[in-house]
Amino acid sequence: MAAADELAFHEFEEATNLLLETPNVTTVSRSDQRPPEGHVAVAVGPGGSYGAEDEVESDKTALLQEEQQQPGFWTFSYYQSFFDVDTSQVLDRIKGSLLPRPGHSFVRHRLRNRPDLYGPFWICATLAFVLAITGNLTVVLAQRTDPSIHYSPQFHKVTVAGITIYCYAWLVPLALWAFLQWRKGVRERMGPYTFLETVCFYGYSLFIFIPTVVLWLIPVPWLQWLFGALALALSAAGLVFTLWPIVREDTRLVASVLLSAVVLLHALLAVGCKFYFFQPLPLEHMAPTHQNTPLHPHMVLTPTLPMPTTA
Amino acid sequence: MAEAAESPGDPRTTSPRPLFAGLSEISISQDIPVEGEITIPMRSRIRELDSSTLNESVQNTIMRDLKAVGKKFMHVLYPRKSNTLLRDWDLWGPLVLCVTLALMLQRGSADNENDGGPQFAEVFVIIWFGAVTITLNSKLLGGNISFFQSLCVLGYCILPLTVALLVCRLVLLAKPGPINFIVRLFVVIVMFAWSIVASTAFLADSQPPNRKALAIYPVFLFYFVISWMILTFTP
Repeated sequence: MAAADELAFHEFEEATNLLLETPNVTTVSRSDQRPPEGHVAVAVGPGGSYGAEDEVESDKTALLQEEQQQPGFWTFSYYQSFFDVDTSQVLDRIKGSLLPRPGHSFVRHRLRNRPDLYGPFWICATLAFVLAITGNLTVVLAQRTDPSIHYSPQFHKVTVAGITIYCYAWLVPLALWAFLQWRKGVRERMGPYTFLETVCFYGYSLFIFIPTVVLWLIPVPWLQWLFGALALALSAAGLVFTLWPIVREDTRLVASVLLSAVVLLHALLAVGCKFYFFQPLPLEHMAPTHQNTPLHPHMVLTPTLPMPTTA
Repeated sequence: MAEAAESPGDPRTTSPRPLFAGLSEISISQDIPVEGEITIPMRSRIRELDSSTLNESVQNTIMRDLKAVGKKFMHVLYPRKSNTLLRDWDLWGPLVLCVTLALMLQRGSADNENDGGPQFAEVFVIIWFGAVTITLNSKLLGGNISFFQSLCVLGYCILPLTVALLVCRLVLLAKPGPINFIVRLFVVIVMFAWSIVASTAFLADSQPPNRKALAIYPVFLFYFVISWMILTFTP
């Protein structure tokens, strides 16, 4: 009977191949009794280029996002969904941010449109503390060569570093996301990134500054600038490659202005941190006469460059 | 005879008999005593006495709490996998340690209002908000430890670093110099490692297995920052 052949179980080869490639992907078994509307079928499409999978993936992400928004924002499990990552996934995302490749958007390729908040939060915390600590360490090292420099723990720098980094990592993505949402009408094909995805790739892009800041301990100025430029280049390249698929459909003017603004802000952060936390040491002799109020750590609201007290 | 001795518990052969069917044949006479004593097991009797602690002397109350805190300190100093810190958590120990640390660390040398060590409030906030953030982090990652248990463990494991601060304070009374610094560095590093080992011994089991490193890294960062504050302390 031909019907028996139709009823026999057919293995879906493409599905198993896709599963082999991406073992972390959530899949749905057909034997579940749940109604299928919230679920995603494993899309079988042309193998190689990611361009052709755009529409399929944006459908997939739309469905996944609908599913994710079901617990209300007042429940704990809503926030738990943003921390749903394993150690290997976080390490993989960090590696992806260190080595950006043209044509591979971080959000699509590494996050697979499942952003997490663990990475951005703890990378920012680590960067803030590392900045303050290594900034202090340079004074210690300088004191060993030149005993006239007075060492002090400079604890207020921790507060300044924390505020600066967290404001950068949350307010700039907010502005970027708002701008992209505003320009949404111009694009036909690509939906914009969600706010969390924007925060996520900004946070991971800051990771490269952590080893850079540690390397800034070496007191050779041109080496410090070299490391800084390298880190900035890698980080900004990651940001640009991630934003490129969204922005290329816009007008040339808007695209170029947006990308250069992103790179410029990133550069400002790097240079500002270099100057504030790693002040050139002769300036230590002149104690800056800040007449701040006793509430000083909490009154620093804007991350500004210090007034250059040039001799 | 066989008929009279129908086995009541054989449902397959006989029709089911109603429950307590034979009770109607028993008559309660005056001879059967219907009074007695209900004995309760020892343990719950002790629990019943414990709940009425209002009448004990103040010294008893304080000593009992102090002994509990002291027992937990011992568990931190000699960490092995045990449930004591988790089961009977309390926050007295962390409070005492945090206040000690903050009092001793506040405002190390300053020739300027801005430079100098942390204020009392800054140390306090770092310790408590750091512990709360780590706890929230581990709960969001899916750990099954309660909020206060985790705070308790993190607070008690600051004990080695407090000991390091006391040792550093004593060492700083001696002549300053590189040897002074090396000794302090060594002490702080050893105590930092001890804190990490102690807290990992208590916290690691409650995390899902493929996220242990994600949950432990913030603990490492937390104790690293506290060690840094202790190491850079100059009176």
